[in-house]
Amino acid sequence: MAARIMVNAPASAAKGEVIEIKTMIAHKMETGHRMGTMGQIIPRDIIHRFECRYDGALVFAADLFPAVSANPFITFTTVATKSGKISFKWIDDKGKSSTSSVKIKVT
Amino acid sequence: MIRAGLAAALICTSASAADMPAPKSGLEYVSPETRALQADDFANPGMLWVSGGADLWRAATGTSGKSCQSCHGDAKQSMRGVAARYPLYEPKTKRPIDLQVRINQCRTERQGAKGLGFESEELLSLGAYVAHQSRGLPVKPPQDERLTPFIKNGEKLYFQRMGQIDISCAACHNAHAGQRLSGNLIPQAHPTGYPIYRLEWQSAGSLQRRLRGCMSAVRAEPFAYGAAEMVDLELYLMSRAAGLPIETPGVRP
Repeated sequence: MAARIMVNAPASAAKGEVIEIKTMIAHKMETGHRMGTMGQIIPRDIIHRFECRYDGALVFAADLFPAVSANPFITFTTVATKSGKISFKWIDDKGKSSTSSVKIKVT
Repeated sequence: MIRAGLAAALICTSASAADMPAPKSGLEYVSPETRALQADDFANPGMLWVSGGADLWRAATGTSGKSCQSCHGDAKQSMRGVAARYPLYEPKTKRPIDLQVRINQCRTERQGAKGLGFESEELLSLGAYVAHQSRGLPVKPPQDERLTPFIKNGEKLYFQRMGQIDISCAACHNAHAGQRLSGNLIPQAHPTGYPIYRLEWQSAGSLQRRLRGCMSAVRAEPFAYGAAEMVDLELYLMSRAAGLPIETPGVRP
C-alpha cells in the first residue's frame, strides 16, 4: 500500500489569519530498542524529520526522536500570507521521503 | 436507543441480561483525551486505515480485474449498515461468517485474488473502511434462527472460565464493569468500534486480536484467528451490543 497520509488545512483564509494545520502519517516508528523473537535488536526506523513549506519557504520543521509514538500526528499554526501551495515532507531512517501538499486561497 | 438495545439483549440472552446494567459503549470508560482523539477525524489515527481502505476499495485486483467498487459501487451507500448486522449466517458453510472472512471470500471467489492475512494492513484497512460506513448506526443483529445455536455457543464461551487464572469474560466485563483492573476501567465489552486503534498496540487491530489479548492475559491458550469459537464469540458480543451505535474507527487505550 502507498504511504497513508492525512492533512487538514483550511482551503481558504483571510490575509494575515493564523491557520491551523494538522498532519498525520502512517509509520511504525520502530525505536531501535526492541528485540525480535530471536533476541536480535530490531533496527531503528523512525521518521526523523518533518518539514512544511509554504510556497517554497520553510515555515515549520521538526526533528523527531525514538520516543515519538507510531503514526506521528503533528499539528501547528502558520500565518496565511498568499495563495499558493503548502507542501509537507516526512523523511525516515531508511531515507524514504513521503510528500503531500494542499492548496490554499488567501483573500 | 439504549432501551431498544436492552430489550433486544433480553430476548437474546434472558439468563445473562439480568446481571448487566444498561449497555454502555467502551468509549464512556476512556479518558476525555482519548475520546477527543476519536471524535476528531483528522486526529483519529484509525482514519489512516479508513483512508487506506478507500483506496483499496477502488483498486482493481486479481484475475477478474475487478475492484470492490466494480460490483458494490459507492461504499457510502452499498456498505451503509453492513457492519451493524455482521456476523451473518453463511449457508455454504452452515456457519456464521464475519466481515473479515466475507471480504476474503469476495476476493478469492469473485475477484480471483489471494485472501488477505488476518491482521494484515490491507484486511484491517478494508474492514475499517467498510465498517466506517455504518458509523452512528445502531448494532442490529439479524433475526435469523439459524444463528441461535452459534450465539448460544458464544454465550457459553463468554461465561466459561479459562486459563491458569481461571476466569471468564463475564467475571470482569459483566460482574465488574466500571471498576478498575490495574488502573484501567473495565468496560462492558461491546465491540462497537472495530477495527479499533489501540494506543497500546500503536496500530489498528481486529476484535479477534483484542479477544486474544484478553485470553493471553488470563493465561489461556488463545483461539486461533478465524477459529469457529472466535466467530461465535463475536456473534454473541454483537447480539449483546444491540442498539449501541457503531463507532469505527474507535480509539481505545
